[in-house]
Amino acid sequence: MAEVTYREALNQALAEEMTRDESVFLLGEEVAEYDGAYKVSKGLLERFGDKRVVDTPISELGFAGLGVGAAMAGLRPVVEFMTYNFSFLALDQVINSAAKMLSMSGGQIGIPMVFRGPTGAALQLGAQHSQACETWYLHAPGVKVVMPSTPADAKGLLKAAIRDNDPVAFMEGELLYNVKGEVPDDDDFIIPLGVADLKREGGDVSIITHGSMVHVALQAAKQLEKKGIEADVLDLRSLRPLDVDAILATVAKTNRAIYLEEGWPYVGVGAQIVSIIMEEAFDDLDAPVLRVTQADVPMPYNKKLEAWARPGVARVVEACNKVLYV
Amino acid sequence: MDGSEADGVGVVKGEPALGGFSKDKLVEFLRHMLLYRRFEEKAEEAYAIAKIGGFCHLHIGQEAAASGCILPLRQDDYVIGSYREHTQALAKGVPPGEVMAELYGKASGTSGGVGGSMHIFREDLGFMGGNGIVGAQIPLALGLAWAIHYRGGDQVCVCFFGDAAVNQGAFHESMNMAAIWNLPVIYVVENNSYGMGTKFSRVSDTPMATKSASHGVPATVVDGQDVMATYAHFEALVEDVRQGAGPQFVDVQCYRFKGHSMSDPVSGTYRSKEEVQDRTENADPIKVLRDRLFEAEMLTTDELEALDQEVRGVVDDAVDFAEAAPEPEVDTLYRQVYSEINAHGRLFFDGRGK
Repeated sequence: MAEVTYREALNQALAEEMTRDESVFLLGEEVAEYDGAYKVSKGLLERFGDKRVVDTPISELGFAGLGVGAAMAGLRPVVEFMTYNFSFLALDQVINSAAKMLSMSGGQIGIPMVFRGPTGAALQLGAQHSQACETWYLHAPGVKVVMPSTPADAKGLLKAAIRDNDPVAFMEGELLYNVKGEVPDDDDFIIPLGVADLKREGGDVSIITHGSMVHVALQAAKQLEKKGIEADVLDLRSLRPLDVDAILATVAKTNRAIYLEEGWPYVGVGAQIVSIIMEEAFDDLDAPVLRVTQADVPMPYNKKLEAWARPGVARVVEACNKVLYV
Repeated sequence: MDGSEADGVGVVKGEPALGGFSKDKLVEFLRHMLLYRRFEEKAEEAYAIAKIGGFCHLHIGQEAAASGCILPLRQDDYVIGSYREHTQALAKGVPPGEVMAELYGKASGTSGGVGGSMHIFREDLGFMGGNGIVGAQIPLALGLAWAIHYRGGDQVCVCFFGDAAVNQGAFHESMNMAAIWNLPVIYVVENNSYGMGTKFSRVSDTPMATKSASHGVPATVVDGQDVMATYAHFEALVEDVRQGAGPQFVDVQCYRFKGHSMSDPVSGTYRSKEEVQDRTENADPIKVLRDRLFEAEMLTTDELEALDQEVRGVVDDAVDFAEAAPEPEVDTLYRQVYSEINAHGRLFFDGRGK
């Protein structure tokens, strides 16, 4: 075990998987000579050469499609989006090509590839650079969606995503790259997709969440603790496949749950999770499941307005109090 | 370039030849084009009686493009196309019965009936679809060519699209990247002058052959109604690309004798009946080759009739195969959305699947 940043953990995962498998290569804007816009690919060009660490033009649709085509031929591309906000330019290739290829070809042609990059708001980046993009990817069957919250999860899940035989949208937290944590050195440290992680054990209320919001949930849990309320914080880690058993288990334990997510409420991740809880754990509930999300508006630039629009700690505490009727 | 400049395909000294092609080779072209024509005519019939559903885009009139561009390829070369791809699949060696069964939506079809007319695939034969979004196959071809380049192979990737696709961003992004990395891809625009019902000149202020110029991808033009010219052009081009010549753009000028799809009338409101009639009479790739063979006394009407009967038999067998094939089972659906069902977690949320 060594303490490394989330950024370094991702870098280790890429380097280890590229060493392990010649068919893995990294493609995207600024990934090679610039070392990556967020320095995730630092040093990889020097180590693996320009055939395997490839700078592209700013052509998201084109290079995403290149990745899908290369995967059709059996390579394992890792396509970096500088941020997932830019991936909307590429969504045709994600949704119409990658997600459907195996099905349309009658099971002949799988797409073993990873799309990765940061998602969600950083600080004062304005409306077009501050979006939580997971719901776009989750809606289409054929894509897997993974969102790590810690350095260890980042490493173990990215390695699993690269080894997975399906297209995986791997979404990193833009504000998590400097977060430090213990990460195993093992080259085969894999966290299987579809396994949630109980980041904090409580018992009074369940805060179910994913991605960078795990840290908001943990802060909220600390505040609740001061009032004698112990919260389960369940980090889903992978949204498709989804660890439904873990969701049902925490709800069965606490009988009260909220869903916390960075994106908008309408048809958001929380809407799906609440639906599952309602359909499959209705009798376990002592209160309606509430959601804490971003305000249902484009993200404003102004610092105070942005802070208000985000799903912050205070809103989480308030929602927990509501479902606890305190 | 025309057929006369070919090096002599299959020509044995002393045997009759035309434009550098042996009689056998020319008859092979004719057989292929007749097969495509009869296949598409059967598809049209089957569509009319609702044996085939959805969208169905016929290639009638453009047979020389499929045979001329694809027959020079090896089995391990890639072909990828749009939704007007039935005959391209046949040219790449996909059995007619499997293509027809796919049009019928049957389990014995190339995609087990899940794909349909627009999504014909046979990976083992290098036929990579069958793509329904205009121009989306262009970046995919870039990736297939990237994979060849990455592995140091000598295959080529031939990518077909219609003239409307060159106005997609995907076209220009891909041309640029193909040029940067000198990838072994031949981009073929089957330029039939109409994107659905919109004449190319209404949606482009510059000629087709200039479209790749700003990216540094060489462009050539070939008469796509002339199979000899098209084959000779592609035979040379494919060899050049195999040797490292880099990406190519070819304006294959052809004409669609039928409507854009089966739901579209033959001439419609966007082109005149006279224009369609003129092209059908004077630029039918099958008639063009037939008349040349007659003129050179390399083919008799009896031989032509025998050839036509032979391919009609093949197509009838394809229809019989499709008719007799079973319907696909529902439980196959969930098995081919993801190739890896992870040990943990739920992948499907409809309450019907896993």
